Amino acid sequence: MFIHSPSYFAQSSTSIFSPAATPSHWIFTLSMFVLSITGLIFLIVAGLLTYALIRYRHRNLLTYNEPTQIYGSNQIELAWTVIPALIVVMLFLTTSRVILATQDAKKPADAVDVVVVGHQFWWEFRYPKLGIVTANELHVPVSDPAHPTPTYLEMSSADLDHSFWVPRLAGKMDLIPNRVNTMWIDPETAGLYLGQCAQYCGVQHAKMLLRVYADSPKDFAAWVAQQQKPAVEDPTVAEGREVFLHNACVNCHTVSGTMANGRFGPDLTHVASRDTIASGAVENNAYNLKKWIDNPDSLKPGALMPPMHLNDHDLNAITAYLTTLH
Amino acid sequence: MADSVTSLTSVEAIDVTPVQKPRQLFLEVLYDWITTVDHKKIGLMYIAYSLVFLIVGGIEAIIMRIQLAVPHGTFVSPQVFNRMFTLHGTTMVFFVGMPILFGFGNYLVPLMIGARDMAFPRLNAFSFWISALGGILLYYSFIGGVGLYGAGSAPDVGWFAYAPLTAKVFSPGHSTDYWTLSILLSGIGSIGTALNIVTTIICMRCPGMKLNRMPLLSWLYLVTSSMVFIAISPLTAAQIMLLLDRYIGSHFFDTQAGGSAVLWMHFFWIFGHPEVYILVLPAFAFANEIIPVFSRKAVFGYPAMVAASVGIGFISMSVWAHHMFAVGMGAGANVFFVFSTMIISVPTGIKIFNWLATIWGGKIRFASPMLFSVGFLFQFLIAGLTGIMLSVAPFDWQLTGSYFVVAHFHYVLVGAILFMIFAAFYYWYPKVTGRMMSERLGKWHFWLMVIGFHMTFDFMHIPGLLGMPRRIYTYEPGRGWEIWNLIVSIGAIVQAVATLIFVYNLIHSYYKGEVAGNDPWDAWTLEWSTASPPPVYNFATTPVVHSRRPLWDIKHPEDPDWNYE
Repeated sequence: MFIHSPSYFAQSSTSIFSPAATPSHWIFTLSMFVLSITGLIFLIVAGLLTYALIRYRHRNLLTYNEPTQIYGSNQIELAWTVIPALIVVMLFLTTSRVILATQDAKKPADAVDVVVVGHQFWWEFRYPKLGIVTANELHVPVSDPAHPTPTYLEMSSADLDHSFWVPRLAGKMDLIPNRVNTMWIDPETAGLYLGQCAQYCGVQHAKMLLRVYADSPKDFAAWVAQQQKPAVEDPTVAEGREVFLHNACVNCHTVSGTMANGRFGPDLTHVASRDTIASGAVENNAYNLKKWIDNPDSLKPGALMPPMHLNDHDLNAITAYLTTLH
Repeated sequence: MADSVTSLTSVEAIDVTPVQKPRQLFLEVLYDWITTVDHKKIGLMYIAYSLVFLIVGGIEAIIMRIQLAVPHGTFVSPQVFNRMFTLHGTTMVFFVGMPILFGFGNYLVPLMIGARDMAFPRLNAFSFWISALGGILLYYSFIGGVGLYGAGSAPDVGWFAYAPLTAKVFSPGHSTDYWTLSILLSGIGSIGTALNIVTTIICMRCPGMKLNRMPLLSWLYLVTSSMVFIAISPLTAAQIMLLLDRYIGSHFFDTQAGGSAVLWMHFFWIFGHPEVYILVLPAFAFANEIIPVFSRKAVFGYPAMVAASVGIGFISMSVWAHHMFAVGMGAGANVFFVFSTMIISVPTGIKIFNWLATIWGGKIRFASPMLFSVGFLFQFLIAGLTGIMLSVAPFDWQLTGSYFVVAHFHYVLVGAILFMIFAAFYYWYPKVTGRMMSERLGKWHFWLMVIGFHMTFDFMHIPGLLGMPRRIYTYEPGRGWEIWNLIVSIGAIVQAVATLIFVYNLIHSYYKGEVAGNDPWDAWTLEWSTASPPPVYNFATTPVVHSRRPLWDIKHPEDPDWNYE
């Protein structure tokens, strides 16, 4: 089954074999340990089975003398009870260590806090200490081993069960309504880490994609500063702003500094600073944005945003407005 | 195969010629089957019903695999895909796996313990029909899901139907209710049958058949059926709670009103994990009968096999939360469930090693039943080892909810259980119909099935390791998943072809198969001492047994088994 080496699989952007943070490193090491033990057991047992099947094969189905009947042997059976039991104990102790190290890790004082809220079918990220709210694209600082700044994710759900899974950073953690789960990640190199919702949450579960940007401390600080600014007041798009504010958009979306403060949909204060829309479903550009506002079902059938039924003029105006919200 | 070379002095007179019955009208035949309380006919109805659903569930699987063969597939809409995996899972577990295994149990248990029927023949018929109604209700949701005109609607909440997705607000219409009711009804049927099997085994054994002389198949059905009581009851309770939530406004699982989603998970998996063993123990049961006969040796370590089965039954009740390692139960609970899950590999290992020892030193005949059993041994070994990987909670945090898990449990359900079901078909078909299944078609079936199975489920592990979650109707290109999904989809089609060959073989051999005789495999258990097919009350005179292999004793009077027990 595992004919290729893990390094081959590590080329995928979502492979569990190319860990890039402490929890995923621990899991990777433990996994390789388990894989070698189970692989060895497989080789031994399958080897014995193959040998027996070839060695004791009887070609003629019709003629045979009954072989010697053997009814059992207490010593042999005891041996293959005790040896597997010992392997189990060893595996159990190793596993427990990793569980405790991950789940009972002490939170450092300068950890970055993010509240993750799962929604049908998108991710809400709130930074309570920084006063930032964003969606679908999580920015975290790279954690320097000498001075670790892990990000602690406090996870819950607004509607259904979801599961946060970025394989290169950590294993899954479920987001469950009425419940707060925590996990932590500390990406060691800057870059984009992909993931997606791993718990079935309805029609568009498949397109609840997830992007984690690990920024260098400098980039992260710049990103924070930019996100903390109020939304851009660009006079050339004032018309689009009016369309936005006088339609149902405001019931679900927030643009800080305006009367729009809905929380059902993603916060749009800095929507233009994101690379994708619709939870990673499509690239964030004027064409897709317009298509999305006109009829979200055309990009993501079953998405909860209703089609806005705007005329072409308003559609262009609102798209122009949103594309300026950097 | 009809005339086996070792001379057989049966406990009954052998009449090889099939009985010529007067031709009956179709309606008479139908009436006979509908009103029957004969355990053999009921067993066959269970099996026929499961085969229909096996094909339905297979078609659903093929639809999913066509959709997933390429990224951004557009073969079906997202909602149709979600309905397909919901129906596929529900159908395969509740309307294929359970009934087919109960069907074999119904047919074989009384014959193998020397009884003339089940303990409660009419409860038996009731259990079948109530289960059948369950399956019909599930598919009736296509019409009734959103009112009578809502054709095309069906449940789309997944086979484990996690709360609160099943709440009225997230799942309007009635399709989820049909799902709930269909499982409730089939659960009632299962409990009825389980009760019947337990009572039959405890009370109806023929003279001389002490518990420690029962065929291992009866032992495993005893364990499985006992587990059904403990496992199905919480499921039934949960389904009723869900219906209360949906209809009278209770809040067990309604998180918007403070209910608990995790409560549903516990209920579901307290059923769901033992369910895996409820399905796999009968597969072990078939292996315990077939492997010795085709190796020409007594099963190695009968007492250890019994102890391991009972042990699996008990331990399997305490492992359910390993489905919930990512739920955030906390380190303590995780550690407990890691241990209970890992320890179950010890009795399971004993079984594998004992089968190995049974083969060792034997004279192995590779007829179709044995071929499928050998496939089972290897595949179950791999399934067990990936199971150990999943029991390692941190590894499971990566693998749960991914295609690795899908591959793992299909290794158990298809690679082990379905392969053993096929083996059982080839093995007992001559007893049931009086004719042999075609060996030539059997070999085609086996090899295509093996190739298709491994193409599908070996390679399905890989996208899981590369981060592909389950239950997604499509996926993004560029993550290294494309090639594996394509191979998996082709493999699924190969398996479908293999299964069609099998179905053709079933029908063809019924009319054209070689006449089998009473004991074509030269076997040792009581069912081979009656005519093929067995008469209505199984045994003209009640058999008396003195050992675990009564027919061995008759065939080898110089060296009977009871000297060694």
